[in-house]
Amino acid sequence: MLKLFKYLKPFSQSVALVLVLVFFQSLADLYLPTLMSDIVDTGIVKGDTSYILRVGAFMLLVAAVSGLCLISASFLSAKVATGLGRNLRSLVFARVESYSQHEFDKLGTASLITRTTNDITQVQQVLIIMMRMMVGAPMMSIGGIIMAVSKDATLSLIFVVVLPVLAVVIFGIAGKGIPLFKAMQVKLDTLNRVLREGLTGIRVIRAFNRIDHEKERFTESNRDLTNTAIKVNIIMASLMPVMMVVMNLTTIAIVWFGGIRVNNGDIQVGDMMAFLQYAMQIMFSLVMVSFMFIMIPRAEASAMRINEVLDMIPEIKDAEEIKNPDSQRGFVEFKDVTFSYPGAEQPALKDVSFTASPGEVTALIGGTGSGKSTLINLIPRFYDIDSGSIFVDGVDVRKMSQANLRAKIGFVPQKAVLFTGTIAENIRYGKEDATDKEVEHVARIAQAIEFITSMTDGFNSVIAQGGANISGGQKQRLAIARALVRRPEIYVFDDTFSALDFKTDAQLRAALKKETADATVIIVAQRVSTVMNANRVIVMDDGRIVGMGTHRELLTTCEVYREIVSSQFSEEELA
Amino acid sequence: MSEDRREQKPFGGPGMGPGGRPGGGFGRGPMGGHGMGMPMEKAKNFKGTLKRLLGYLKSRRLRLLTVFIMAILSTVFSIVSPKIMGKATTKLFEGIMMKYRHVPGAKVDFDYIGQILVLLIGFYILSAIFSYLQQYIMAGVAQKTVYDIRNDVSKKLSRLPLKFFDSHVHGDILSRVTNDVDNISTTLQQSLTQLITSIVTIVGILIMMLTISPLMTLIALVTLPLSFLVTMVIAKRSQKYFADQQKNLGILNGHVEEMYTGHPIVKAFGREGEAIDKFNQINERLYAAGWKAQFVSGIIMPLISFISNVGYVFVSVIGGILVMKKRIEIGDVQAFIQYSRQFTWPIVQTANIANVIQSTVASAERVFELLDELEEIPDKEDAKLIGFPQGAVKFQNVNFGYKEDVTLIQDMNIDVKPGQTIAVVGPTGAGKTTLVNLLMRFYEINRGKITVDGVDIRDLKRGDLRTMFGMVLQDTWLFNGTIKDNIAYGRTGASEQDVIRAAKAAHADHFIRTLPEGYGTVLNEEASNISQGQKQLLTIARAILADPAILILDEATSNVDTRTELLIQKAMSTLMKGRTSFVIAHRLSTIRDADLILVMDHGSIIEMGNHNQLLARGGFYAELYNSQFTGGSLVLANFLDTSCIL
Repeated sequence: MLKLFKYLKPFSQSVALVLVLVFFQSLADLYLPTLMSDIVDTGIVKGDTSYILRVGAFMLLVAAVSGLCLISASFLSAKVATGLGRNLRSLVFARVESYSQHEFDKLGTASLITRTTNDITQVQQVLIIMMRMMVGAPMMSIGGIIMAVSKDATLSLIFVVVLPVLAVVIFGIAGKGIPLFKAMQVKLDTLNRVLREGLTGIRVIRAFNRIDHEKERFTESNRDLTNTAIKVNIIMASLMPVMMVVMNLTTIAIVWFGGIRVNNGDIQVGDMMAFLQYAMQIMFSLVMVSFMFIMIPRAEASAMRINEVLDMIPEIKDAEEIKNPDSQRGFVEFKDVTFSYPGAEQPALKDVSFTASPGEVTALIGGTGSGKSTLINLIPRFYDIDSGSIFVDGVDVRKMSQANLRAKIGFVPQKAVLFTGTIAENIRYGKEDATDKEVEHVARIAQAIEFITSMTDGFNSVIAQGGANISGGQKQRLAIARALVRRPEIYVFDDTFSALDFKTDAQLRAALKKETADATVIIVAQRVSTVMNANRVIVMDDGRIVGMGTHRELLTTCEVYREIVSSQFSEEELA
Repeated sequence: MSEDRREQKPFGGPGMGPGGRPGGGFGRGPMGGHGMGMPMEKAKNFKGTLKRLLGYLKSRRLRLLTVFIMAILSTVFSIVSPKIMGKATTKLFEGIMMKYRHVPGAKVDFDYIGQILVLLIGFYILSAIFSYLQQYIMAGVAQKTVYDIRNDVSKKLSRLPLKFFDSHVHGDILSRVTNDVDNISTTLQQSLTQLITSIVTIVGILIMMLTISPLMTLIALVTLPLSFLVTMVIAKRSQKYFADQQKNLGILNGHVEEMYTGHPIVKAFGREGEAIDKFNQINERLYAAGWKAQFVSGIIMPLISFISNVGYVFVSVIGGILVMKKRIEIGDVQAFIQYSRQFTWPIVQTANIANVIQSTVASAERVFELLDELEEIPDKEDAKLIGFPQGAVKFQNVNFGYKEDVTLIQDMNIDVKPGQTIAVVGPTGAGKTTLVNLLMRFYEINRGKITVDGVDIRDLKRGDLRTMFGMVLQDTWLFNGTIKDNIAYGRTGASEQDVIRAAKAAHADHFIRTLPEGYGTVLNEEASNISQGQKQLLTIARAILADPAILILDEATSNVDTRTELLIQKAMSTLMKGRTSFVIAHRLSTIRDADLILVMDHGSIIEMGNHNQLLARGGFYAELYNSQFTGGSLVLANFLDTSCIL
């Protein structure tokens, strides 16, 4: 949390002003009882009405000053806290955008989203509460103690007894309660998990007739949670009453000992009454401070997660000296590439070498985890490799600028991702200044024109978040159109055709063939029928290339390829 | 079918809403109550829902009554105290004044003051005890009520038809059971007694003030409607800004979610700069709305405290004058000051509590909506039982559609003899799960009937019907537990030997034994500690253990390496031996050998027959067959098609 405070720097003037304002407000609030004691000790005792009125008017002024200070402080703290929130969000988002896939994998997409949104909101909220209430609390208690001591130092000795007692009570109860709160959170998570499992597995549960079993499981964790929740609440329930007892006993002590001192002529009655009010203000401030200890740990977890994002420097940066390829277009070469995911024991790719040239189709095939998708993710430099080199157009990808490299590539991912906006906007994502004609042309090639024109608004039809309002196959076709509109040197298709039915698949591939004739095409495929006609089939197994050649060559030379083929075509087909 | 809709967004998960509350007692923090002036969702049927919510408290009304009495007692004791304390001050002041005027023999009556203070100690402790007891009992009442509500929801979910789950986002259901129930819990735990205490405090203080001085009470009362008014007006004004803030936050979250999930695309197309620009625009708007909302809601407290200070000044001045004129006593002024200070807080709370109750009732309504969903038709009382199922399945004139007006299956008639294999083929997304839905009676058919061994499935208990079926689908469902427990899920009370035997038959025994903990290995939540193929082997083992008469299998083995795929195929053929099997087929051999092939497209069955019949017809199946499989066979016959498409 403290670490995030360095981002308060641009607001340092406002923060200082808030502190000053809160200081004056605390002073004003403390001054009121003093004035009141003057009314009692001077006004009432001497029977001076005009004095009472004068002091009264002055008190109103003090109250007004206090109110004004508080409102200005509130204005500034609202601006500071939301401003900090805004700046942090901006920083975090920009940082995340600069992340490579590697950092993304490390923190996880869902977690990054929470960090950018909820965690920052949480910090912002706590900052507001802190500035609004908690900054004043220590000032109030210190000021209160000073005032009390100045009124009567001897009577102030009561605080020496009371304040530690109060602190022990608060920390004792909170110390017992907070671990239970954490336990409760864990149990709540468990309950949620049971429920979520019950929802995702509903078919299986019903198919195996295990409804009662699941109900029992839920009731069990529900009971567990309830018991802990009751325990927590019972412990926390004691906090307020105990605190009240301590405070009230303090007032009694003040009246008793104060009375004795008044009797001895050490202080006046009005002083004692003011003292009582100081005592109240000090103790309430202490309660506020104790809340701070409860609020801060909650924000602390959020702050830590935010810091983690800000501290993580993206691994992939443009080289200092950027080298641009000369005249070559569309050449991809892997040279002894070895790559492992962070923390993995085994490399995901081992000694991979191949070349792909314009006009050629290179297909990758192999089981899950064989490294196909990993391989193609290396071409746009989503990850940096451990050893070896990858050349695009004869230049090592690490020496090119990322923007330049990626401008050469039309990438179609396995899972089509579209963005909120119209269909045309989504296609233009590939090339901002594409003309309507270009957009229509690529939509036609991607076999998307039919469904686009059948929609009420055609190319202006709006796609909902995550493309929820169109089918998987339609999304895939738009993703293809988006890549086509760039007219890139290199096409990368990651198992792109699996969401399409066979007819569309065939038409699409026929249309694509013409469009991509001059480009380098690299595809990942599951079906043998997709790869059969490629110029080069690369068979992957366990991160290695175990076979490379045409379909026919591989049938005779590559055992793994034969296995894949035989698993897709039955025994009799092979015979 | 509905797989896409079931995807859970990383958002909307439980307890992740902005400013997510951990629930329970502490949730609302020192300010007590939802952020003041936050926009509240309003319940559609406020009265009815409230009544129903109170219904849950009915069985605990005795304890609730005790809570109320305790709350009243505790408040009364704490309210009376300042007045008594004032008596001590008065006595002290009188003594001093007499001394001041040099009245002979004047001294402060410390005996009297001592008595009063002892009495006060008693009162304070009593008040604290009652207040604790009240919270103590309420903890039980609130948490147990919430326990009941959760259990009701859980029971309800088990009675809802599959249709409900397919048409509702999981995140939404989860949020009702967690966030909404949590909200109810916090209100019960805190706000309810707070409301009582606040009202008793306000009334009590009023009475005490009146007994001290009606004139001064009047002055103090001027500040009362003022505080109330300020809270209400500002809360209302700030709602607009809060709504604005919420809206922009929503847009921002949407953008973040989209950009992060599409990160590789953003990178691949080099659009990071654009994403950041858009983010900053939204962020700026959020800031503009945000600080206004915070500021406007933030000035409630200063204003109230200013009003309270003004009241304080008046009380001090007028009280001082009245004391001088001997109309009241000095201790009363002191008591009055304490009262007027105590006054402010309950008023702010009461002004805010309307919002709290509104949001609670809205939450309760969402929960009740769930509880009111249409349930499955209950099992028949005189349900039949098939003692030794043979596995004969018959569809007679079956009509079915997910929506009233869209019939997917029309007049379907099939007659499956025990032990036969039925292959279901069609492109992805052709609606093959429909068949599962009908056979297992996850959905009700619109017309006709389905029989198993001659018995209408509607005459059987659902549980008994489903026990006759075994299901191995592509989306393997495993839960957070050991491998043994996951396999044993197939049959209640299965012994370890049974589990191992099933695992062996499913060719899963070998890989299980290579795991560090063997059968005791705990699968994590996503079951990501074993591979997709291994998961499928486990589900097959589970089905083998269940030993059903009829099988529903999905042959698809995508995301599985070739070797495991072979194992899965072997395990499946073991499983299919001697059982009636409905196979969502992907392998040509399965389709060819099937006794009946059902060809599906766009959710309905478009062709039916055996392989040769269908080929001869030259329809959809023939086309499908040629495109999917012939290519392969031709090549395998070393006939290389040179006109390469891609």
